[in-house]
Amino acid sequence: MLKLHYNLEKVSLGMVAAIIVAALIGGAVEIAPLFTIDETVAIPDDLRPHTPLELAGREIYMREGCYACHSQMVRALADEIDRYGPYSLAGESAYDHPMLWGSKRTGPDLARLGDKYSDDWHVVHLADPRSVVPASIMPAYPWLTTSLDTENLSAQLATLARLGVPYSDEMIANAMRDALAQSRPDSDGAADVAARYGESVAIRAFDGNSSRLTEMDALVAYLQSLGTLTKAAHETLAPEATQ
Amino acid sequence: MSRPTRHEVDTDPVTGYETTGHNWNGIRELNTPFPRIVIWALALTFAYSAVAWVLLPAWPLGRDYTRGLLGLDQGEIAAEGYQRLAEARADWVTLFASGDFTALAADKTLMARAMPAAARLFADNCAACHGATGTGGPGFPNLADQDWLWGGDPETVAETLRVGINSAHLETRFSQMPAFGRDGMLPRNEIAAVADHVLALSSGKADPNSPSATLFAENCSSCHGEAGTGGLGVGAPVLVDDQWIYGGSRDDILTTLRQGRQGVMPAWENRLSATEINMLALYVAGLGQDGETGVRQ
Repeated sequence: MLKLHYNLEKVSLGMVAAIIVAALIGGAVEIAPLFTIDETVAIPDDLRPHTPLELAGREIYMREGCYACHSQMVRALADEIDRYGPYSLAGESAYDHPMLWGSKRTGPDLARLGDKYSDDWHVVHLADPRSVVPASIMPAYPWLTTSLDTENLSAQLATLARLGVPYSDEMIANAMRDALAQSRPDSDGAADVAARYGESVAIRAFDGNSSRLTEMDALVAYLQSLGTLTKAAHETLAPEATQ
Repeated sequence: MSRPTRHEVDTDPVTGYETTGHNWNGIRELNTPFPRIVIWALALTFAYSAVAWVLLPAWPLGRDYTRGLLGLDQGEIAAEGYQRLAEARADWVTLFASGDFTALAADKTLMARAMPAAARLFADNCAACHGATGTGGPGFPNLADQDWLWGGDPETVAETLRVGINSAHLETRFSQMPAFGRDGMLPRNEIAAVADHVLALSSGKADPNSPSATLFAENCSSCHGEAGTGGLGVGAPVLVDDQWIYGGSRDDILTTLRQGRQGVMPAWENRLSATEINMLALYVAGLGQDGETGVRQ
């Protein structure tokens, strides 16, 4: 066998071909089965997709590079459960394209952020983090008060639907209207948002002002939805760990 | 000039190793053998992988996979680890389940043990809004003073923690300052008069017979009390002191009157355990008592 390797090393193209074959076998054995094995991504029954407003907020989250400093994955470690709550399940981000698990925590993990703080706090904190957390090194995002561009939301939902996210034709057609209505609890469309996306969806003037739909509305709506799309993670952990 | 010639393998007299057979103008290269230890290490890892295939989840079988004899699951291991963490501190944490705050606060050894843990909980969950030392800020109430909306005894604080204020919890405490200006409940000049009256109340110079006092009685007293001394039951702040949540300048008061205030305290029942909430309640109540329980940091 060493002799074979010895001879292969002398034929550079042969060596390249052999490396490719070895890597392909590794890929076929380690990666390919993840697409066929049922429980790789077990999609929870109660998992809801993001509403159009939350989706717009998710785009802003990506645009501002929040993922560079904040992960969205509670790792399966005892200490992480103690600090953040139930560890993240693959199924929780089944409808995320791309997923935003992240790999670096300059700031805290955000996977269980939804409902933890008030909307007011998020608004103040995003505009000027140090006004509420003096030791914070997070940049300020004062420009989030600009109006939200909802033009592309229908197309975005349609694209995600093609990737397997369960957006109905009705959801796609009403994306712009739903985005606006989710920030206006007193509007006629608010009930439609709840009907389409579920009663657990937060319908509020996220930035405190329902007369204008801003990027702040979208981002806060998204942040408040983190970890609330399904109860699966809580249910998975509950039998073993009830303190 | 001689070209490198091939297949002239000979043995180096100094080391005893063979050469590669190449000859560059008389320079030849040793063909040092691969170290045996590396080959053995490689062989050992292969041998271990065979064992691991049997013991650990390993081989894909179409839609399923081999579970391995040890039946290890990372999620279960983490949950068990968390369980062990909880059990390790159960001897003192479970004492907080009783909710008998007088007895708990009297147990100095217990408090010395629990309050640092509560301080950690406060830093992780509460400090974002109420500040690292509980002194709050504009819009986020100060917890390190004697003024409370719903009450500062541990029982009441624990209940506020559990259900929140204006939160999504079904039993939430509810408190809303209406938007007298935005919703057209009062004209502009009357709002200004009420603001002046509130300022006067705060400085103790209010005239009870003025027209603005009548406006206050008609619009504000049902929550804030006839004398502006607040209504603890409805979370309406005392207006006769110099403590303000949203600011006490004339402009701040005008903004509050025009736009209303609906501050939200999230509900913690689903995020923190009952024992953690009780622990925090004692800690927060201690903040207000200014170090009496030795918990101010």
